[in-house]
Amino acid sequence: MGAMREAVNRVRSFFGKQQRDAELDAEVTAHLELAVEENLRQGMTPEEARRQALIRFGGVPQAKEQQRAARGLIQLDILLQDFKYAFRTLGRDPGFTVVAVLILALGIGANIAVFSVVNTILLRPLPFPNAQQLVWIAPPPAKCGMSCATYSTDAYDTFRVQSRSYQDVTGYFAFSSPDNLSLNRGGAPIPATSIDVIANFFQVLGVQPAMGRLFTADDGRSGAAPVIVLSDAWWRRQFAADPAIVGKAFDINGRQTTVIGVLPASFDFGAVFSPGAKIDAITPLDLYGPPRDEGNIITFIGRLKPGISLPQARDDAAAAAPHMCWNNKQPRTCGNYKDRVVPVPLKDYVSGRLRRSLVVLWAAVGMILLIACVNLSNLLLARAAARGKEFAMRGALGASRTRIVGQLLTESLVLSGAGALLGLSLAWVLVSWLAHQGSVALPLLSSLRIDGASLGWTVLIAIFAALLFGLVPGLRMAGGNLQESLKDSGPGSGQGRKHERIRSILVVSEVALACVLLVGAGLLLHSFLKVLDVDLGFEPTRAAAVKVDYDDGGNTPGAVKADVIARRTAIFQQILARVSSIPGVEAVGMSDFLPLGQNRSWGTPFPKGVQPPRNLLSGPLVYVVTPGYIRAMGSRLHGRDFTWDDGPNSQRVVMISASFARFLAGFTHWPNNDAVGQIIASGSSSNDLLVAGVVDDVHEESVEGEGGWQIYYPSTQAYPEGEQLVVRSKLTPAALANSVLLALRELNPKQPAADFRPIQSLVDRATSPRRFFMLLVAAFAALGLLLASLGIYGVISYSVTQRTQEIGIRMALGATQSQVQRNVIGRALRLVSIGIVAGSVASLLVARGIAALLFATAPTDLLTFAGTILLLGAVAFLAGYLPARRASRINPMAALRSN
Amino acid sequence: MAENKLDLLQGTLDIMVLQTLATMGALHGYGIARRIEQVSGDTILLNQGTIYASLVRLQQRGWISAAWGTSDNNRKAKYYSITKAGRGQLAKDAAYWRRLSSVVDRVLAMTAEGEF
Repeated sequence: MGAMREAVNRVRSFFGKQQRDAELDAEVTAHLELAVEENLRQGMTPEEARRQALIRFGGVPQAKEQQRAARGLIQLDILLQDFKYAFRTLGRDPGFTVVAVLILALGIGANIAVFSVVNTILLRPLPFPNAQQLVWIAPPPAKCGMSCATYSTDAYDTFRVQSRSYQDVTGYFAFSSPDNLSLNRGGAPIPATSIDVIANFFQVLGVQPAMGRLFTADDGRSGAAPVIVLSDAWWRRQFAADPAIVGKAFDINGRQTTVIGVLPASFDFGAVFSPGAKIDAITPLDLYGPPRDEGNIITFIGRLKPGISLPQARDDAAAAAPHMCWNNKQPRTCGNYKDRVVPVPLKDYVSGRLRRSLVVLWAAVGMILLIACVNLSNLLLARAAARGKEFAMRGALGASRTRIVGQLLTESLVLSGAGALLGLSLAWVLVSWLAHQGSVALPLLSSLRIDGASLGWTVLIAIFAALLFGLVPGLRMAGGNLQESLKDSGPGSGQGRKHERIRSILVVSEVALACVLLVGAGLLLHSFLKVLDVDLGFEPTRAAAVKVDYDDGGNTPGAVKADVIARRTAIFQQILARVSSIPGVEAVGMSDFLPLGQNRSWGTPFPKGVQPPRNLLSGPLVYVVTPGYIRAMGSRLHGRDFTWDDGPNSQRVVMISASFARFLAGFTHWPNNDAVGQIIASGSSSNDLLVAGVVDDVHEESVEGEGGWQIYYPSTQAYPEGEQLVVRSKLTPAALANSVLLALRELNPKQPAADFRPIQSLVDRATSPRRFFMLLVAAFAALGLLLASLGIYGVISYSVTQRTQEIGIRMALGATQSQVQRNVIGRALRLVSIGIVAGSVASLLVARGIAALLFATAPTDLLTFAGTILLLGAVAFLAGYLPARRASRINPMAALRSN
Repeated sequence: MAENKLDLLQGTLDIMVLQTLATMGALHGYGIARRIEQVSGDTILLNQGTIYASLVRLQQRGWISAAWGTSDNNRKAKYYSITKAGRGQLAKDAAYWRRLSSVVDRVLAMTAEGEF
């Protein structure tokens, strides 16, 4: 109980310091007076009485100090004192303080921002309850695009029944195209993008509505009343955050569709499943409607039962796979999915690919922090030289070494604390900006923010940095020989030399770190340039695409196929003729899918009479196009394009890609291995297909991957899934957008005000993650270079100041200005050369580590290394030149007289 | 004079202060210090100032209380008196001290044959 009371009293004493000190003073005074009185009574002289009283009392300050230690929180007192002192010293040297805080703010800010990115994408669980139970179920990668990454309705039903490890399985329709909704509220229809999901989608993910309700099984039935769930963003943007939106019905795609709910802001379909895409609404997928016969259309997402491990789930899926049929009515398709049902954690699917890049980014900012700390150490050492005497004096007055190191570390903490605060605001700006980069195809980017974890990380690295840059100068200073410091009267003496050696080592390590960063950034930049250089098989500049709304009556029940095609052909001809007459338009054409976006495959046609090999996993991606599309995309064609004469009743024609043509040629004997004019046949349909032309391979799935196989069908013979109009022109897409949209609206008043998207933006989106990482690493490398050059400048400049007298003597003895300059620059270059050698060796190791991130660039790329060395050399020269110039201007007489 | 004075063991000052207050009633700091010196026959090496650390510690533990008062010759001084908790603590400390000192005595009285 006594201890408890004592603790409380100690805290009270800590805060009531002044009053208690006053009382103590009064008490001690009374004590001495009482003692003097008694001594006087014993017959001492007044002086002797006072002297004896003081002797018997012992040291007055010591007694008071003891009493304070016994009553209050002495450690806290010391700490506060240190802080007060630190603020005072730093305030006295604002130049140093500002530079130090800025350096730290840059280093720490970069670290906080990158940590927030890493935390959002890699570390934090997905924004779903028990997210670790969620798995993405997909076949291993194959060459036929999304059709080989999805499953059929029958397969879904079988898997759901056969598998035992899953609480439930859901999925979504993988082939929705952008702007597939057209919201009609009077005026021009408004385009929007929705995804069809299986009705249990939100139950499986565990998403709760912000308003209204989400789907029930009934909403997914054939013939159910159309309903829609809005994303938070679309609800705010398009419906002005109407609080009474639930239950209202709107004309969407020509049908009165009821809004049943609004999703919470925390659920962004695009952010998780389709990075870089903006998904406005979610609609229920009618599993048993027309899509049933369209084959592979559904992606699988499963939620594991509690306690089921991933290997168990994998075995379970492998066991269920052989029972799954592509189409239950076609028994020979049963077993198609053998070995092609593999669950992986959803988190891995979403962000697994980025792990390596993010780790590299993290390492890069770590290096920035190191460089910043080394710089700070250097600055502090320079200060230490100036403050050596102050600390020697304090030591001589009885301050213990711990007390002095503590004082210095407190100063470091104050600096890094201020740096962290400023860095936090820098990071906040950067992070808010990044979170709104909707066009960067990184998952979960929109949920990027500075959260508790980021704040914790900030505190951690602030303390870490303070220890890192404060400890060396602190120990150095406190460990110094007192006498020596007091005597050390300037240049040439031991302490000064020792400091300089440490400072040189620090600069060398700084240069080495900057070298590693520069090499890394250089390699990534080189890779990025190579990526931009890739021949995509089409010409993305000066072309743009817009989604076209048309009604060929294909969705009307009982439509006659020939009528539909005739109607569609007429509409398309009209649109193409109208748009191509717009001034400045060079070529127009339509395709239902565009490269680097969605895709699908329809099986693999083979040369007529050749039996296709069994278990062929790859198939060409299908594009249904109009005449002129190939030219509008800027692809090269061998043979002929489709014409309007390739009608429903004439010979069926296709164009195929060069690599697919080569593949097919391997199975037969075509003259010159040329596919043009040859007949191929699809396994399922008995129709012969005449190869009219061979088109260069198009990079349809990724810029960096290999160009795959494509097959083009004419829209006059096959069914497109909504058309994209591609316009090639001398004008910029922005200049053309209005006239094209006007023309489309003239022909069809229902044409929504869809985006007129430059084809280049498709490429940009596909390369955006690489651009994102490259830019960040390059920015960090630039920052590292700047800090390193500051470090070199600081050390050389300082040594010039220290050697003013020496240089003065040299010049008095006849050294010329250029000799002095050479001497100083030589020293800078010497330091940097050592740094570059060490850095290059380290870079070789690091480059091997990031080899997987490089594209068409060797980790030992000579150009990058040479460029880095040249750059560092040039910077070192510059950083050395300024002090060298100053040194050469020293007036020998003045220098010798000073000090 | 200083050579044969006793150094104070850690914590022994607290017990002396408590005992002094228990027997003498309220006293100021100087009075306590003088009293201890007198009782010890001036054999204790006591810087009188150290008593104030002990006093504030005992006070914060609730074993003594303090109040400003006036001395016989009209001087303002802070008077300390022992509390009920302080008396309890003194009894405990005194018992502990006696046990300890008797053990130390016995150990020191040990002869080479191991007899007591």
